[in-house]
Amino acid sequence: MTGQISKYIKSFTLWELLKGMSLTGRYFMSSSITIQYPEEKTPQSNRFRGLHALRRYANGEERCIACKLCEAVCPALAITIDSDQREDGTRRTTRYDIDLFKCIFCGFCEEACPVDSIVETRIFEYHFENRGEQIMTKDKLLAIGDKYETQIAADRAADSAFR
Amino acid sequence: MDGLILTFFTLLKILAVVVPLILCVAYLTLMERKVIGYMHVRIGPNRVGFKGLGQPFADVFKLLLKEVIVPTNASRFLFLTAPILSLAPAFAAWAVIPFAEGWQVADVNAGLLYVLAMTSLGVYGVIIAGWASNSKYAFLGAMRSAAQIVAYEIAMGFALIGVLMMAGSLNLGDIVRAQSGGIFNWYFFPLLPLAIVYFISGVAETNRAPFDVAEGESEIVAGFHVDYSGMAFALFFLAEYANMILIAALAAIMFLGGWLSPIDGFGDGVHWFLIKTASLLFIFIWLRATFPRYRYDQIMRLGWKVFIPVTIVWIAVVAFAIYFEVGPWFSTVRSGGI
Repeated sequence: MTGQISKYIKSFTLWELLKGMSLTGRYFMSSSITIQYPEEKTPQSNRFRGLHALRRYANGEERCIACKLCEAVCPALAITIDSDQREDGTRRTTRYDIDLFKCIFCGFCEEACPVDSIVETRIFEYHFENRGEQIMTKDKLLAIGDKYETQIAADRAADSAFR
Repeated sequence: MDGLILTFFTLLKILAVVVPLILCVAYLTLMERKVIGYMHVRIGPNRVGFKGLGQPFADVFKLLLKEVIVPTNASRFLFLTAPILSLAPAFAAWAVIPFAEGWQVADVNAGLLYVLAMTSLGVYGVIIAGWASNSKYAFLGAMRSAAQIVAYEIAMGFALIGVLMMAGSLNLGDIVRAQSGGIFNWYFFPLLPLAIVYFISGVAETNRAPFDVAEGESEIVAGFHVDYSGMAFALFFLAEYANMILIAALAAIMFLGGWLSPIDGFGDGVHWFLIKTASLLFIFIWLRATFPRYRYDQIMRLGWKVFIPVTIVWIAVVAFAIYFEVGPWFSTVRSGGI
């Protein structure tokens, strides 16, 4: 009986509704957490897994030795490698394609690589305008590696203690 | 010649009401997005113009440039008439709203009846839109809207009867003048239950959240205006927001003393009317940001089984109080106001 009455009092004083509104009212007063994206950006980890790159040694020699571990470990089958013997007798890739539409950015290729050749960089803002551009060829990957080598090297160095 | 001048001045007055009203509608949409944004700990639109102030115009021009698609099986004439039918009453009702002492397009003696008639007409736009679209979702939305508006109109009318008994007039200006004498003479206090019922019914009447089952995105896509696009859709939008402002303005007039200042005779004027209306509109938006949509049978239950009995009881209470000249508020009513 008293339960019924208190229920009626509660519903006629709109108690629950006012409680809900006070909650939204408090959030109205609290400051927004929005990041104004193109101008502001959220901090990135040095383990960020973005666009791929192929690295070189300091002497300009490409690191990749065409061991095909990355191709084997890739769960999405996004990597295609052809290899051949170069004139100096070393084993090199003649083709190194990553299909970015297949890639799931898991980072296994980077973990599998014995020579730290294939890496994932912090780049995540890129787009394609034509079909076919999503295939990252060896040249494109090496170019990215050359361009961002300082950042890539710094990130690997910062993470080296955990590898 | 005199008639011509009168017509000209009336037209000017109508323009002076309608143009700011359309601007208010435009900025109410921005305010809604901003306020809901802040309640979601976001910041809302801020890209177009200074701090997003150009956003309403960007929206309007986008809708203007879009194609108005008429479905093949729709009744073309009714399909295109419906938005106008829902917009025209929403604007026409503003003719009798007193913005300040003497500031109204038409000082009608039965102003309140006129307003009630106009707000009731708005539902035809919704029903015709739902029917003329020849689509199941639109039709369901229209049916829901019709039943809901009928239910809440009664509660709304009853809530206003209390005001009529207190003010002894149907003239909106007289109703405001009867509330003069400081904040405690506003009808909000003696008629508190009626004021709350009126406001909630107003939310239901304008098909706003949490009573927006006529649109019900998750259930019936967008209800009655699912087949509308471009400017035809914009007109529905305009009508909905104009109705919102109208309900808020009416609540300000009926229960919050319209243009009167909270302190007796201290700076009465249109600004008080605007402040009160804007605060009520804020509550409209606040409600939308807070509550989930009612289930349909709950809406019907609330309208028929809660609001109507509550208003009837309170009308009886007010009638007794007036007859026996009770308390601080009702003792002066019979002798003709304060």
